[in-house]
Amino acid sequence: MKLSVPKESLPTEKRVAISPGNVASLMTLGYQVTVQSGAGQQANFTDELYEEAGAVLIDDSSPLWGEADLLLKINPPTDEEVTLFKEGATLISFAYPARNEKLLQSLGARKVNWLAMDCVPRISRAQSMDALSSMANVAGYRAVVEASHAFGRFFTGQITAAGKVPPAKVLVIGAGVAGLAAIGAARNMGAIVRAFDTRPAVKEEVKSLGGEFLMLDFEEEGAGSGGYAKVMSKEFIDAEMKLFAEQAEEVDIIITTAMIPGKKSPVLITGDMVKSMKHGSVIVDLAAEGGGNCELTEPGESKIVHGVTILGYSDLPSRLASQSSRLYGNNLVKLVNLLGNTENFTINLEDEIIRGALVLDEGEISWPPPKVEVSVHVQSPKGPSVVKPIVEKKSIFSPGVMLGGLCVLLLALGWKGESEFLDQLTVFVLSCFVGYMVVWNVSPSLHTPLMSVTNAISGIIVIGGMLFVSGSNPWIAGVAIFLATINIAGGFLVTHRMLKMFRKE
Amino acid sequence: MAYLVSGLFFILSLGGLSKQETARKGNIYGILGMALAILATFASGEVENFKLLIPLMLGGAVIGAVLAKRVEMTSMPELVAILHSFVGLAAVLVGVVSFIDPSDIELTGTNKLIHEIEILLGVFIGGVTFTGSVVAFGKLRGSLSGKPMLLPGRHLLNLGMLGASIWLGAQFIDQGHDQALISLLIVMGISFVLGVHLIVAIGGADMPVVVSMLNSYSGWAAAAAGFMLKNDLLIITGALVGSSGAILSYIMCKAMNRSLANVIFGGFGTAGGSAATASEIKGSITETTADEVAEELKEAKEVMIVPGYGMAVAQAQHVVKDITETLRGQDVNVRFAIHPVAGRLPGHMNVLLAEANVPYDIVFEMDEINEDLPEVDVLLVVGANDIVNPSALEDSSSPIAGMPVIEAWNAKSVVALKRSMAAGYSGVENPLYFKDNTNMLFGDAKDTLSAVFSKLG
Repeated sequence: MKLSVPKESLPTEKRVAISPGNVASLMTLGYQVTVQSGAGQQANFTDELYEEAGAVLIDDSSPLWGEADLLLKINPPTDEEVTLFKEGATLISFAYPARNEKLLQSLGARKVNWLAMDCVPRISRAQSMDALSSMANVAGYRAVVEASHAFGRFFTGQITAAGKVPPAKVLVIGAGVAGLAAIGAARNMGAIVRAFDTRPAVKEEVKSLGGEFLMLDFEEEGAGSGGYAKVMSKEFIDAEMKLFAEQAEEVDIIITTAMIPGKKSPVLITGDMVKSMKHGSVIVDLAAEGGGNCELTEPGESKIVHGVTILGYSDLPSRLASQSSRLYGNNLVKLVNLLGNTENFTINLEDEIIRGALVLDEGEISWPPPKVEVSVHVQSPKGPSVVKPIVEKKSIFSPGVMLGGLCVLLLALGWKGESEFLDQLTVFVLSCFVGYMVVWNVSPSLHTPLMSVTNAISGIIVIGGMLFVSGSNPWIAGVAIFLATINIAGGFLVTHRMLKMFRKE
Repeated sequence: MAYLVSGLFFILSLGGLSKQETARKGNIYGILGMALAILATFASGEVENFKLLIPLMLGGAVIGAVLAKRVEMTSMPELVAILHSFVGLAAVLVGVVSFIDPSDIELTGTNKLIHEIEILLGVFIGGVTFTGSVVAFGKLRGSLSGKPMLLPGRHLLNLGMLGASIWLGAQFIDQGHDQALISLLIVMGISFVLGVHLIVAIGGADMPVVVSMLNSYSGWAAAAAGFMLKNDLLIITGALVGSSGAILSYIMCKAMNRSLANVIFGGFGTAGGSAATASEIKGSITETTADEVAEELKEAKEVMIVPGYGMAVAQAQHVVKDITETLRGQDVNVRFAIHPVAGRLPGHMNVLLAEANVPYDIVFEMDEINEDLPEVDVLLVVGANDIVNPSALEDSSSPIAGMPVIEAWNAKSVVALKRSMAAGYSGVENPLYFKDNTNMLFGDAKDTLSAVFSKLG
């Protein structure tokens, strides 16, 4: 089977669908890989590199498109490119089916199978194919680089002979993949980073990257499905806007990443807020494509308003073409793997990933796919991560319940008893609680010593034996004493031995 | 009064053991409390038969001391288990003797009832603790198979034994003294069998929970003895030990994301499902050599070591420490990540590393370290399996699903030391070994690590 990688035709596009490193893995699946000359030029992959990796280079578009059984691209094809397709070919690229209905129809007329990288379901198994995440990761990083380029100062604070340099303050709105990547990058450059997200669950991830998580005094869970945040209530939005207004006066750089799939991006930074920012501040609007999170953003452009640079670039991944091509290529190869090798090439509709990504099935529009519940996990920018342990089983054997049950049991027993027994019961229950309080904080490294000490202490049963050793059955009591003393001596000494070994540097 | 003070000492002792810095003081408080309690009992005037008492106590102390001195740190779990059985047996004996002792006959009415229930409980709990600990000891030493032995209808069997004990207990209360003694002895016998049966059904890797549970039982047995002897110190101490053991078991269970009931009655790893999970694994195993591992370690900046039961079996902790020291000498940041249920005793790995003289401030808990793993250049898995198994998080059908694990696969490169490709205790295949960034180093951990160490110099 022939696999073709054309040069991207959009003038602003610098990426290429696969890197030379991907050629070998595609060839082991049995594909004959053809790359259009100059396809990787702008991503620093020369034709020679592809050739060395085993690909065939072609200059002419029509055989490249016309003979291909499988086409790997980044952007959806242009109207002109649609006419080049062979009937029944398979295309893998971004598709954005919601806004490309016409294109779906015209490609459908050519009986094409189209797998959309942007429709790969966001489930754990598909993380390695999640091109949206890899591109968002690149965009987040690049957003910081662009911001630092436009910003007139250091990110990191310094005290030099020529005076003190204050650190830059960065506010990241939206801690999705792009937001987290931006937090990490800005943090690494030394800035003070604050982040806001409607989903409190991402707080830990923000913190793990060194960011500070801004909280609202407002309770509302913002997690929606598919790893996106849902739309919040009006009260929440008011509180949120107040927070942004306060922050705008203080911070130097704002990076916004709040996108709602298929809808206009919410306006989070108003013109007034921009006005209140310091001269020389920078806003990077990653949601520019959907209209922008800042009222004044001009999609695709950079402009200066009230002394504030507002960057609305929508081609951030392409501005880091080599990196994003590598990541995108890896995502692609993982998806191609799911189609099997060339001998048993199948588009398996049973596979949740394939079904989700397939927007054209032999020309039939198969989008949107039937609903499947996807995990709401937020991905960290460091590539595929894992689902956090979800199952927090509440055991009915929790200590509190156990103690409570014990109390009830003993009270029931003691109901008819007289005061002496009740006194003992009081002592017993109190001791249980003391034990509970004291032991709860023991550091796990000391569990073994704790166990051997409690063991030694439970040798206190020796007293029971001692009280009877003078009675009528000294030997039974004697054996009890003997065993208990072994315990006392052994337990304490071995604990001592263990604790002596624990040392600090 | 002396009893009150020694009770306080015991509380201080447990409190002291919660931190490394105060742990030694805690142990000393414990010793003081115990000495005070024993002396006070001597001085109380109730004890006379010194001729018998003193040699017995001295003998016991000597044997205990010798045991404590001789024991290998790797066999700590066995020692703890067998010591538990002593407490259990002592509690049984105290219960029996307190029933036989004629001074008790004067009790009447409700007091007599309460007293007899107390005796029954003491003997019963003591009995379960005794034989249960002996079985746990056997399993830990390997003289009994670590596999759970599951009799058909074992839940019914357990229930039946419990029912029989209650019925006999009711008889015991109504009967005259001599007949009652027989009932008591039968209850004791049943509790012995029940102890064996309960623990035999629990597998080797659940031993941390079992040992801490038995620890708790031995405490309750002591408390029951305290009730029957009307001795507050015994009650206090028993309750302290009992609740501390219960909390430990709870912590262990949480570390495995299972409930206590599941561990005790579970029969873990016996259900189907391994076949289903095995087919999911893709990719292949990459084998590596000691030379390569040494090279990798030398070039690393951040090294993490995840020890498991395999390290204890191979006695590899000293080699691990030698490697650690050499690497640290070369400015490599070596740290340890310990899973709460690694090994066969709560905190087992910490003790082994301490024995090998690894400073405890480079030894971290799973929760502290998981976040740092992506920064780690080389992660060595020394004889651990289930606690680094990604299916716990990724595969909801896996028997260990939901168990928190050390996310080893996030490290840049993983070297897993293992004797063979056998599945871990839970019988689940470990996809970690099939990941691209994982290399396998087969062989006895001590031998392979020694080989690595010799190449490091």
